Parts: sequence; C-alpha cells; structure tokens
Amino acid sequence: MQLLGVDYTLLTDPLSLFFLFVVLLVSAPAAVYSVGYMRGEYGRGKKALLWALLAAFVLSMALVVTSGNALVFLVAWELMSLASYFLVVIDHRHERSVMAGTIYIVMTHIGTAVITAALLIMSNYAESFDIAAMKAASASIPANIKDLIFILFLIGFGTKAGIVPLHVWLPYAHPQAPSHISSIMSGVMIKTAVYGMLRFVFMTLGIGPQWWGNLVLLLALVSCLAGIMYALMEHDLKKLLAYSSVENMGIIMLGIGASMVFMKMGMPALAVMALCAGLFHLLNHAVFKGLLFLGAGAVYKATGTRNIEHLGGLIKRMPVTAAAFLAGSVAISGLPPFNGFVSEWLTLQAFFYGAANSGGSYKIFLCVCAALLALTGGLAAACFVKAFGITFLALPRSKAAQSAQEAPLSMKAPMAFLAATALALGLGAPFAVKYITGIAGFAIGAPAVDAPFSFLIKTNWIAAAVLVFAASCCYAARNRRAAECNTWDCGYYKLSPRNEYSATAFSKPLRIAFSFFLMPYSKTEKIRDSFYHVRSFKYEVFTTPVFRKYIYAPAVSLLFVGARKLKKIQPGSIHVYVAYIFVTIVLLVIFMGRF
Amino acid sequence: MRDPLVILQALVLIAVSPLVTGMIRKLKNLIRLRKGPGIFQPYYDLAKLLRKEEAVSRDTSWVFTCAPYIVLGTVLAALFIIPAFGPGISFDGAGDLIALVFLLALGRFFIALAGLDAGSSFGGMGSSREMFISSLVEPVALLAVFAVSLAAGSTMPRAVASVETLKLSSLVAAGALFIVTLAETSRIPIDNRETHLELTMVHEAMVLEYSGRSLALIELASHIKQVLFFSVIAAVALPHGNYAAKMAAIAIAVALLEVSMAKMRLFRVVDLMGFSFVFSVIAVVISAMGF
Repeated sequence: MQLLGVDYTLLTDPLSLFFLFVVLLVSAPAAVYSVGYMRGEYGRGKKALLWALLAAFVLSMALVVTSGNALVFLVAWELMSLASYFLVVIDHRHERSVMAGTIYIVMTHIGTAVITAALLIMSNYAESFDIAAMKAASASIPANIKDLIFILFLIGFGTKAGIVPLHVWLPYAHPQAPSHISSIMSGVMIKTAVYGMLRFVFMTLGIGPQWWGNLVLLLALVSCLAGIMYALMEHDLKKLLAYSSVENMGIIMLGIGASMVFMKMGMPALAVMALCAGLFHLLNHAVFKGLLFLGAGAVYKATGTRNIEHLGGLIKRMPVTAAAFLAGSVAISGLPPFNGFVSEWLTLQAFFYGAANSGGSYKIFLCVCAALLALTGGLAAACFVKAFGITFLALPRSKAAQSAQEAPLSMKAPMAFLAATALALGLGAPFAVKYITGIAGFAIGAPAVDAPFSFLIKTNWIAAAVLVFAASCCYAARNRRAAECNTWDCGYYKLSPRNEYSATAFSKPLRIAFSFFLMPYSKTEKIRDSFYHVRSFKYEVFTTPVFRKYIYAPAVSLLFVGARKLKKIQPGSIHVYVAYIFVTIVLLVIFMGRF
Repeated sequence: MRDPLVILQALVLIAVSPLVTGMIRKLKNLIRLRKGPGIFQPYYDLAKLLRKEEAVSRDTSWVFTCAPYIVLGTVLAALFIIPAFGPGISFDGAGDLIALVFLLALGRFFIALAGLDAGSSFGGMGSSREMFISSLVEPVALLAVFAVSLAAGSTMPRAVASVETLKLSSLVAAGALFIVTLAETSRIPIDNRETHLELTMVHEAMVLEYSGRSLALIELASHIKQVLFFSVIAAVALPHGNYAAKMAAIAIAVALLEVSMAKMRLFRVVDLMGFSFVFSVIAVVISAMGF
C-alpha cells in the first residue's frame, strides 16, 4: 500500500508479533477493568473521551511495533505520546496532573526529537525511510556516525523507557493517569522503547563496538538501583509502582546490554540467552506491573487515597484484590513459582556463563553486575513486603480504609486473569523460554541455542508445591483449637492502629544505609499548649531527588536565563520588528543570489 | 538408584538439625563455664510447643496462618538441592545454587509479611530489619556462589561439588559464605536468638506473635536452615575431606564467635556486609587469575 510515496506495509516478523502480543495481553484486561473503574468516577462525556483515547493509545502502540517504515513509526510514536499525554491530564482540575503532563510532554518530545534526528541521519544514507532499505545501507555508514546514531537512539528510547537519569517524567506521569491507563503505560508503553532499540539498533544499525554494550549495562545498573531505592522510600502506592518500573526497565536493559556485549565477544549463543532473558522479563513485567497497577487502582477506588500510611487491613475487606496484589508482589520480587523468578534467574545465568567464558577484568565486571542485580532483587522484595504489608495487613489506619469495599467483578476478573497469567508463565516457563529464544535469535540473527533451561520447570513446580502444601495444611488445621487473643501489647490495654509500624518506619534502615544517595531530611512541626505539653506533633521525611536537583533544575533555570536574554531582542516596538523583517528580506535576497 | 539416598539424606538432616543447635548451645555454655541444658533440649522444646495450644491474634489474616508452613516447606525443598553426603546425592532437577537463594527468599517474604500482619510494632520492626539485612546479604551470597561455581563452569551443586582440586577462590568465597550463614541463621554479631530485648531483636521480633505449633514449625525450619547453610559451605564450596568433621568445625567456629563477640548495632551490619562483599569480589578476582 502506498500513499504520498510512503509504504504503509506492516511488519509481521516474530519480533513485531511478540510485542503486539504484549500490547494486547495487558491492554485487553485493562479495558475490561476500566468498565468498573470508571463507574461513578467520571461523567458520561469524560467516559466517552477516555474510551476514545484508550482506543487511540492502544492502536498507536500496535502501529509503533508493526510499522515497516521509519516515517510511519515516527507518526505512530508521536500519536502514542500525545494520546498518553491527554490520558495523563484527563483529571485536569488537579494541579498535579497538569504538572505531571507538562513534565511528560517535554521529556517525551525531547526523546522524539532525538529519535527523529537519528532516523534522518540513517535515511540520508539509505535514501529511503523504509526500514529494510536502512538495514541494507547501514554497512555504508562510517563508524563515528554509527556511534552518534547509537547515542541518539539511546537517549531517545532511554527517555521513553525511563532509564536513569532520563526517568524524571515517569514517576509523575504514570501515577497521575487513571489506573487502567497507568497499567498500560507502565506495562506496555515503556516497552515500545525496547522494541525501538531492538528494531533500529540490533536489526537495522547493527551492534557496534564493545563500549555500546558496556554503556547500556552501566545505565541499566544505575536504573535498577536508583529505581528500587526511590520506590522503597515512596509511600504513594502508584508512585512506588512507577519507580519500580524504572527498576524493571533496568533489568530488561541488563539483558539487552549483556546481549550486545556477548555479541561483540563472539559468543552468539550467550547473546541469544541474555536477550531472551531481557525479552522474557519484558513480558513478565508487563503482566505483573499491569496487575499491580490495577490492584492499586482498586485500592484507590475503594479508599480514595493512594497514601499507604492511611491504609491497612484491606486483606479482610478486599480479599480478591489482596490475593491478586500479593501474587503480583511475589512475582515482581523475583520469587518462585511466579514468572519474575524465571527471567531474573535467566539474566543471572547469562551473567554467570558470560563470566565463566571470559577472562580478566570482564569476568569481574560481569560478576559484579550479577551481584548488583541480586541486591536489586533483595531491595525489591523489601519494597514489596512494605507495599503489600502496610496496605493490606494489620489494622486499617483510617476511616476510609475501615469502610473499604471489594471491587466489582469487572475489576476483579482482569486482576485474576493477570495473576493467573503470571503463575502460568512461571510454571510453563520452558515453553515460553523456548518460544522467546526463537525471537531473540531472530533479532540477533544468530541461530537458536540450547541453554540450560530444562531444570527450571522443577524449581517453579517445587515452589508451587510448597505453596499448595502450606495452603492445604492451613485448610486441614482450620478447625484446630486456637485461643483468639489480642496482639501482644506489653500489658497495656489493647493496641490501636496508631501503634502499627508505618511505611516510613519500615524503610528507615535502608534510608539510613543508603543516605549517601538518598540524602534524607526531615521536617518537624510542634504545636504547643505550653512548654510542657505538646498538642500535636508532625514529622515528615523527604529524600532529595538527586537527578532533579542536580541535573534538571539547573537545566531549567539555564533555559529561563537564556529566554530572559532573548527577551531583549523582543522589545514590543513595531518599528524594531519592521526593521527585523527588512533585514531578513535583504539577507534572503543576498542568500538566494549566491546559490 | 540415587533417589532413595537423597530422601534418606534429607530425613537424616532433618532429624539431626535440632541436635546441631543443641550442641552449639552446649558448647557455648561450656565455654562460659555454665552447665546449661542438655544437647537434646531443642527436641524437648519442639515437642512441648507442638503440644501447646496456640494463641492467635484476632487482627491477623490467612497470611499469618500460612507463613510457617511456607517457611518450613521452602527449607525442606531446599534440602533436596544440596548434595550434603557426597556429590551427586541431590535432585538435579530441583534447582541450582541461585534457585536455592530465591527459594529461601520466598519463605522470608512470607514470614516478613506475617510479622506485619498482627499490627504490633515489634513485628513490623522485625520485618523491616530482616528485609534490610537480607537485601544486603543477597548480593554477597550470590557473588560467593558465583565465585565457587566459576571453576566448575556451572551453578549446579552437583557440578560444583565434584570439582577435583581445592581452589583458593573457593576458600575465600567460603569465608564470605560463612558471614552469610551468620546473617541467615540470626547469629551474633548480626542478630541474637537468645534475646527478647526490643532494641536488639530482629528475627525474634518478627515471629513474636507466634506460639504453639506454628512456632514449632518456625523453630524447626530455622534448625534445618542452619544445617542447610553449614552444608553449603561444607559440601558444596569445600567438597574435600570429611563432611561431619567440617560441619563440626563450622559449628565450633560459630559457637566461639558467639561467645567472643557482642552483637553489632544494626547499622554496623552494613559495614560487615560491605566487608564480606569485598571478600567475595576478591574470590572472583582470584578465580579470574586462575587459582
């Protein structure tokens, strides 16, 4: 199909189909969920608008991952960004929405501009926007230009993927959208950046020198650690999930970076394995992050707050939501029998075999990468113990949490579906891995290999058996005599929710241990009746957003200084403007005359 | 047939695991010139707890009830991964050393949730500290496992345990694993099982609400976990020599350390873990140099 000299043929190769599958796997349950979620939350007009935007958003993502032409890709990319922008600012009466939207649209356009530049350079060599033609012409691009193109792609796609330090928009934009949109944004939209990296860097430009992979690995490690640390400090449930998306994009990028490195080291089989780990984690993260955002949305709808310090005890009031959220939490912490375990295990295995088959400093580098990934996993487990434990367990900390009601079926069913998918991907990992290995091999252009996947199935099944064993033991013992009592209160009369451990307290040890990075500070506010009697005491802890404070704030103020300087040539006097026009015309005439 | 051997090995380890705890306690008491209870006391304790009626807080949910079974179940499953009595006496399909770390983390995840479930500050404090320590231990454990496995070229315990020559890197990694073991088994200087002082307890605070049968399950799980970690050092990291002798040596080292040191402040644990992380990195460096 051709129109205006552009070929609109869609790609249907394994890579595109895989991403299309991921798009639909999360979008479909999110759409069902939105029926219940929007009820009572939005008026009729706004509901219609949300449906239209949702459709546009999903379709544009589908087009992004299937377009065979760079121009169509860019248009779809921009459509996707705009649709999601409007979805972020749908609650435009909230000041926070507008701010989140502004940060988002500025960042995403910086990214798009950079990607456009890279594609223009490439199309200049290919003399076409067709991706196949670009691939054919990539051999004629000189090495230093290739480096430039790679850096541009990395910045552009890194912005969309939320790679640190380009992640600043993500924790604002994702939580501010309606929850089903958050789930699609975090579950799928940021993954289109990985698609872009694979389609344009791996398959079109070709993998360049060793430092490309090293750079991706380093950025990925920083994303993992920074993302999970900020998530740990967060007590806004949806913001916590958004930060954890930064971390998980880091894990995916670890797989991709390792794959680039192994490719250059002449180990294509390992490169396929690493990329397979990355792609599998991408699929897994789409499933469990989609699930967790839906769960957070159900909690928000039931209680009207996203602050977990005001929640608690929801497991008794919303049992299905709690079970689904728990499944998501176990999965995202990378624990068996769920799917997150398999992809983290695969990534670690890729690092291990890379280290075992390389020598010298690379061996150490890869081992340390793996160790830092393990640290990330440990912190993620701590983070989700906090997220689930404070939100769902113990006693409700507010009236709103006390009177929470379980979500309707249209919201429960999609959550149950995604939780079941997470478990199925964990138990059926060998099949999924086999399929994804094929895709990874296709993206790298290396033959598929036999990695040691075969015993995975059993670790997951064993863990599943443990859970079933525990559940059946509890069921068998349900009638056993047990004295019901109060929680141990040191002999005082009955504990109240105010005695419970809070999320801020839970993360305090880590806040202190990592204070060199988080730079926490606190604000206290005392209202006194007299010297001896304090009527109320308010204590708040904040962490310093390092990247915003030291990179973005100076950049923004520089922009304002520049704009103020530019103001001088814009005095508002019509005579000066007429003079500008005159000078411009004279210059143009001279210019035209010369060429 | 190897399979009956693996099951027999698991049963023997389960049976002797309380005894190991009892012997460490006895040894500590001997060094402190106290009489102390007999080495079979942990068995009596378990029997007593199993008989007792359980008191369960009415604020708890099913997570609290299920957690002890999950902890015990994961530890039992992990037993099949470690070839304690000789290379090859393990289920290959059950998982590798990395899976072992993740499997135990599953149990910890649930017991930490159970700590939060009753709504007391003790439980929350214990969970918070437990997750803090375990997230710092995890990279050390993994790096040490890597260092041990690099020579074998595989993370399968059977392959690691059958490495012919004793490598220097494995020896250094075993040192790091020893510190990991101290942390995972709640030993001084990281934690102290013997105390119930709110300022210092970590693991004990987390399980404070448990009583009766549930507590017995948790106690049994921690006895087994201790044997499991000792075995990782004695049979996988350093697979040469007599297994029982190595186990005894580790137990004596733990006992000596416990009587000669005080518990560290919680935030000093960061330094200790940093130290053992460096230890593991050194093990990898030695392995990269080919020793």
